[in-house]
Amino acid sequence: MPTKLLTWSWLVGVLAALLLAATSQAQITSYEEKGRLNTDSHVGKLTGHAQNAAADYRRYCVGCHGELGDGNGENAPWLDPKPRDFTLGIFKCRSTPTGTLPTDQDLYDTIGRGLDRSNMPIWNTLTKQERVDLVAWVKHFSPRFQKEKPGAPIEIPAEPEVTPERVKAGQDVFARVQCWKCHGVEGMANGPSASTLTDDLNRPILPYNFTDGSRPKCGTSDQDIYRIFMTGLDGTPMPSFSDNIKPDEAWDLVFYLRTLQPHNTFNMKERQIAKQLGLKPVNPNAPAQ
Amino acid sequence: MSSRRSHFSGWLLFALFLLGALPQANALPAFARKYGLRCSACHEAWPMLNYFGQKFKDNGYQLMNDRDAPIWQNPSYWPVTFRMTPIWHRVSTGRVAVDVGAGMNNGEARIESSGFDLSGLDFHTGGTLEKNISFYLLPSSDSTGTFHFETVMTRLDNLWGSSWLNVKLGKFELDNLLSEKRILTLTGNGGIYQTYHFIPVGDGNIFGQIGDNQLGLEWLGHSVDDRTRVSAALLSSSDGNTGLITGANSYTGFFTASQAFDTGKLGVQRVGFYAMVGDAATTYRTSGGIPIAGSGIGNKSFSREGFVGQFYFGSHFDLTVVTQHGSDNVWFGQGFGNASDPNNGTPFNDLPNNTPGTVLPATARAPSWNGATFEAHYVYNPQLIFIGRYELERMSQQANTTNAGNLGNISSYTIGYRYYPIMTSRAGFAWHNEYNWMHQDGTGPLPGENVNSSELLLGFDFDF
Repeated sequence: MPTKLLTWSWLVGVLAALLLAATSQAQITSYEEKGRLNTDSHVGKLTGHAQNAAADYRRYCVGCHGELGDGNGENAPWLDPKPRDFTLGIFKCRSTPTGTLPTDQDLYDTIGRGLDRSNMPIWNTLTKQERVDLVAWVKHFSPRFQKEKPGAPIEIPAEPEVTPERVKAGQDVFARVQCWKCHGVEGMANGPSASTLTDDLNRPILPYNFTDGSRPKCGTSDQDIYRIFMTGLDGTPMPSFSDNIKPDEAWDLVFYLRTLQPHNTFNMKERQIAKQLGLKPVNPNAPAQ
Repeated sequence: MSSRRSHFSGWLLFALFLLGALPQANALPAFARKYGLRCSACHEAWPMLNYFGQKFKDNGYQLMNDRDAPIWQNPSYWPVTFRMTPIWHRVSTGRVAVDVGAGMNNGEARIESSGFDLSGLDFHTGGTLEKNISFYLLPSSDSTGTFHFETVMTRLDNLWGSSWLNVKLGKFELDNLLSEKRILTLTGNGGIYQTYHFIPVGDGNIFGQIGDNQLGLEWLGHSVDDRTRVSAALLSSSDGNTGLITGANSYTGFFTASQAFDTGKLGVQRVGFYAMVGDAATTYRTSGGIPIAGSGIGNKSFSREGFVGQFYFGSHFDLTVVTQHGSDNVWFGQGFGNASDPNNGTPFNDLPNNTPGTVLPATARAPSWNGATFEAHYVYNPQLIFIGRYELERMSQQANTTNAGNLGNISSYTIGYRYYPIMTSRAGFAWHNEYNWMHQDGTGPLPGENVNSSELLLGFDFDF
């Protein structure tokens, strides 16, 4: 009898576990009525399928982004910045003009790069296929991806040579388009508007501090920085300056912004030039040129 | 029949009630609480790490998102996790030596016992002291409350901005890809990796157990995505025991290297190797015939080396393989080596000491063996994992020519599952069922007798 009892205990335990696991598995797909689980994504030669990412989303993402992708995961109340609400179809890091949808490559890059100064980790341990599948999964939360096509990526001209003239011209652009109002005259995120900034959901948000050594959210290369202020960071107060800054001026601004950063592998030449020029912070009270 | 049915239904309802009634509780291990990530982000099933968790660990318990330093944490955050496991288990051990006349007629008996029990209690505390400076402290008790320090270490990571320069100092787990400290099984024989602890019958070398935390200094380097990993550690040959119990200049090196490959829909596959090469004292000065701790000389060598593979077959099934070839110096094979170990459970002067003039028997040989561990997981989802493990240890050369060729060989089988009814970033809780059966050749009380042991374990594994 004790042997039978043990056998039954074992079977009962396994069965109960399977039943409950099946129930909890069903939670993630309870909103399937939207019928977007057939969403695909394309990055390079890889094609991602939303339904293939359900398990990974549940394992890695759901705690913050929530089962419905609305950014209301169980951890959201304790996170700052808040997790992205995928249902809105609004994304910071894009290669496309402001107001448009990002490309699949943009979303793929964000997953693999993570978002510095947030709780979004660098998911580069996932396989490329897993990441492409997750891109499709992220897209399926928002009806925008069913109705609209991503914007065309902006063109980034070849990077010119860094010269003292360009660094100085970049500083003039910094003053003219009033970057300092948010980022501060020294790039320390302490401009006069810094404390008043809110995102599209009216939540407080801080401008990027160029001086603290943190990485820009949407990439660290010169091209990434160029892209950030020419496309803007949708959903945040950071606008697109593509109507105000010509491509050549945009490169000048990149070079100047590099001088604000602490020493790193990307800005040795710019910092050297700034030192030679004896570059001082912009004067907010100087007459516009 | 109907009685049996109602019996079954009762059990089913009880189990469902027990599991289903558990709330979606908030609770968690320290790192998940700090970063707001679910257990499943870092653990294939806790405590076993997945690739992301391994990278987090390799980065010095950092996500590398510029929010790792404690200055970014809520001041009330406390990086501590407690883990304990109340269980019911049934243990059966064959051929235990017993007194003749105590109801047994040949001096051996099978001992079977069952009942409710407890594991020890672990206080895991760890995290960053500052960006790229981290610590881990693990006071651990046995089930009676007797404490020891299982892990005590400080890490410096990403030195000069390079992921290839990370060092740790203290008592730590060796860089084993299949981590015994994160083992998914809990029974006495199944709760350790036999391959990590195998010692030939009569061998006195306790210093080559790669499953034990060791005292030393480790360098670890890895690529940014953690696909490539290398490490080298210099350890005291003391099996993690404190107090310089052995002797001067007895050190062990432990080296690992592995490379992971992205194989598309199959997942990430990792292959690598490890090697432990060291020496340890076999000769101790004595006082009153008792070896003096710390006086060891006469170092003799030992080695353990093997391959490791972690293979994923889609998102549900994976297999980890660890092989080992081990060899000990002939002196260890005759029981010399751990004479001064205060934790060996044997009076000091009962153990052989290689004092001047000691001569080995003519039959003595350097013992060597081969072993392997195969551990498979079926991950139904992050909340339910099935585990199966087969381990085999086979002697290739016995310590004495008079020994049977298979003396001490081990075969161990473990199956089980863990169900996690809650999965949040606040606490961990698992319903754990496991069965282990182990066979060892020739180690019964009477010559040539094999010993079979088994254990069935059911319990709650929780940490918070």
